[in-house]
Amino acid sequence: MLENIISELEKQFQLEAVDHNSSDLVFLTIDRDHAVMAIDLLKWKFGYKHFVLLTAVDFLEEGKFQLTYILNNPDTKTDIGVRVRIDREDANMVSAHHLWPTVATYQRELKEMFGIDFPGSPRLNDPFILEGWEGTPPYRRDFDTKAFAASFYHQREGRTTNDPATYMKEKLYPNE
Amino acid sequence: MSLEDLNKKQIVSPDGEHFEVDPMNDYFCQDRPEEVKPVNKIVERFYNWARSESLWILGFGTGCGAIEMRPLMTPRFDAYRFGVQWRPTPRQANLLIVSGYLSTKTLKRVIRVYEQMQNPKFVMGLGSCTINGGMYFDSYNTIKRLDYYLPVDVYVAGCMPRPEALLAGFEELKKLIKAGKAEGANEYANKFDWYKKNQKEVIRDWDMPDYNW
Repeated sequence: MLENIISELEKQFQLEAVDHNSSDLVFLTIDRDHAVMAIDLLKWKFGYKHFVLLTAVDFLEEGKFQLTYILNNPDTKTDIGVRVRIDREDANMVSAHHLWPTVATYQRELKEMFGIDFPGSPRLNDPFILEGWEGTPPYRRDFDTKAFAASFYHQREGRTTNDPATYMKEKLYPNE
Repeated sequence: MSLEDLNKKQIVSPDGEHFEVDPMNDYFCQDRPEEVKPVNKIVERFYNWARSESLWILGFGTGCGAIEMRPLMTPRFDAYRFGVQWRPTPRQANLLIVSGYLSTKTLKRVIRVYEQMQNPKFVMGLGSCTINGGMYFDSYNTIKRLDYYLPVDVYVAGCMPRPEALLAGFEELKKLIKAGKAEGANEYANKFDWYKKNQKEVIRDWDMPDYNW
């Protein structure tokens, strides 16, 4: 069933990779400009009308963000994940809010947490979780959250940290 | 809401009536909080006894610690037998329990809620997160110590503290109130500038009046 859909899609789009996770879940990697068109087709032609989630992974070493759109077909009970790899510098992606209104919320979150731009998406620059955030978005891997927390917030003195393995060994088996 | 919303503006009512609203005077009180001095020692002792026996908690859960308040309300631990009960609005409550981690976004709401509560009012910090950040010590978005932003009377340590620990915390708070040591609201009024400075350091888009009464 999924094979038929993949062969149909291959006629129209260049699939960079096809990863079969199980019989009812497959991940397709499509380039930035055609991914939303493929999602459009999956929704209207192949019945993947339930949008599950949109998320991003930061591949710092490769200088890429990987966006994953997961779509579900409630009739056949199968999932298709559409992966898109976009440049980390000047990260932007075609908006898909016209397909499902909820996508706009995911895109707002990605804009705030990763700094990925989705031109044309509604209320994209409104504060979502971080109100008034400045500087590197916190989910980017080059953001040092510990150093930020240490300098930005008032800390209580006297906090100590132990290595769990050695600490438990000293506590439980002091003679060994 | 933004700071521009606090400027004077023309409003059209549902009936088509035009009128001017000045939010800073119509919706908020611009006066700073003031210290409330006891009238008389004996009367104050009586008041403190009464206050300690009717702790009314604002039902506002900021973090995961709020889950501990459900068994407290229900028959298993039944905090109502100690004169503790939960209220739906800040105006009816005198005890604010900051239950667990507090993100800067929630801190803004907590400050508003605390300032809307009427004197006398008490704050209890629940869980390690309010004491030194707990397991969120390196989080970019949660405050690490509550007493820089609000005057805390009692901390209940633990992650999470059991309902029994909370009951012990209520007993401790009762002792403090009866001894006249739970003067958090007066401390907040006296050190108002210091608290506001700390609050504004972490809340970067300050879009409300300095005192939300």
